[in-house]
Amino acid sequence: MLTLENISFDVEDAKGEKGIIKNLSLTIDEGKFVVITGPNGGGKSTLAKLISGIEKPTSGRILFDGQDITDKSVTERANLGISYAFQQPVRFKGLQVLDLLRLAAKTKLSAADACQYLSEVGLCAKDYINREVNASLSGGELKRIEIATVLARSSRLSVFDEPEAGIDLWSFQNLIQVFERMQENTKGSILIISHQERILNIADEIVVIADGEITRQGSREEVLPGILGTSAAIDACSKFYKGGRQE
Amino acid sequence: MDEIQKTLLEQVADLHAVPEGAYNIRANGQTAGRNTTANIDIISKEDGTGIDIRIKPGTKHESVHIPVVLSQSGLTEMVYNDFYIGEDADVVIVAGCGIDNCGVQDSEHDGIHRFFIGKNAKVKYIEKHYGSGDGEGKRILNPGTEITMEEGSYMEMESTQIKGVDSTMRTTKADLADGAKLVIRERLLTHGHQSAVSKFDVNLNGVDSSANVISRSVARDESYQQFISTINGNAKCAGHTECDAIIMDNARISAVPELTANNPDAALIHEAAIGKIAGEQIIKLMTLGLTEEEAEGQIVNGFLK
Repeated sequence: MLTLENISFDVEDAKGEKGIIKNLSLTIDEGKFVVITGPNGGGKSTLAKLISGIEKPTSGRILFDGQDITDKSVTERANLGISYAFQQPVRFKGLQVLDLLRLAAKTKLSAADACQYLSEVGLCAKDYINREVNASLSGGELKRIEIATVLARSSRLSVFDEPEAGIDLWSFQNLIQVFERMQENTKGSILIISHQERILNIADEIVVIADGEITRQGSREEVLPGILGTSAAIDACSKFYKGGRQE
Repeated sequence: MDEIQKTLLEQVADLHAVPEGAYNIRANGQTAGRNTTANIDIISKEDGTGIDIRIKPGTKHESVHIPVVLSQSGLTEMVYNDFYIGEDADVVIVAGCGIDNCGVQDSEHDGIHRFFIGKNAKVKYIEKHYGSGDGEGKRILNPGTEITMEEGSYMEMESTQIKGVDSTMRTTKADLADGAKLVIRERLLTHGHQSAVSKFDVNLNGVDSSANVISRSVARDESYQQFISTINGNAKCAGHTECDAIIMDNARISAVPELTANNPDAALIHEAAIGKIAGEQIIKLMTLGLTEEEAEGQIVNGFLK
């Protein structure tokens, strides 16, 4: 359903042109749960932005359901059925959680329907529905609301950029169940950028990206054993306990 | 009243029909309707410059509507309305002014509202300003509010000016006695070549008095806004003032908070922030399928809600 053909993305820095994504090709099939992982700075988030249209590739083509969307705007891609959950969700003074969910669903969602999306991401809905999406929400709360806005869109393709980033371990333990449920229930395709072993564990396919290129790609069974214990996948709990004991 | 006046009335007082409870409707400088209740009396001042609204002590859950509408080009008026709110009363007061100016001459309404709030009384005061009409004449509104609060009284003031007023100079002055509490929320949107100045001057005179002055505004096009908020802490008290503004196009905004503590137990805070709509806010809403313009509209609406 989504095909990236020879995508490159260059930026200018002090030393001149620098390739962030280098001639990368990738296909995401219908109904698949794909996890992209790899070392920090490897180009994963850039790839997510290229798919959602926030960044435009220097060269290459992006096809969605066979249609060339390379030159389509963020809005056009959203309306074609691509959703994108930010790594760092945006705060809005004044806009309430219900407003945001209604904008996402594109209908005048009833409070009860909106509550359902919030419940799915583990928020006690009635406490949140009228809250402003502002600095009074914690990082974990914001992240869940961000995910709820993507759920409310029920898109053909949902892209999540590091859902674990910026939230504490205990919140993440709950959040992971959201993705487990999504894997079971969602009909569209899901693309998650993550370092989390538990998310890698529910992937149909895993793609490892390093230095702007795909270094490994295949089914979970093929790829996961080779990357566990490398810097590409970090078991958050063991890292936490090691940190605690100062080994 | 004609259709234009009815529309203005709907905008400034959310009134579709004659309101319940006490009211006084002023249209083009004349009284267009009045009703009093057993507890709320409205009396014209003898010199004809305005009205006195007297609310008996202990009056609960009653409301007073005093909208003003101007639909005649070139009309300039100055009105003094005094509110005497008895002890332990709990009332809602809705004021507001709508001007429709289709002519070439300026129309201006200057209203001074004085509030005398008795001990332990509670007042919610809602004020809306609105302008319409496509004439070259300006629509000018200069509301003045003077508030005197006795021990333990509470006042919540909401003022909104979202559309069509060319020039506003708003002054609000308040004096608070022991335990009195004042909350002011201002919502303002200016566009075109409009100019709006809001000046607050709050004196926290009583022990444990408190004030919270919050302004949220959006300035578009070539408009200009100035927010001046002065809080004087003259006793053990708490004061907070906040100005949060979105600036767009070629607008200009100036925020001037001023705090003075005349007592070591006065706790005073000011916050002021002026900035453009964050690009990532627009992008987030675009990922939900909104166009850039729609996203901007939603952000502004939410901000001023």
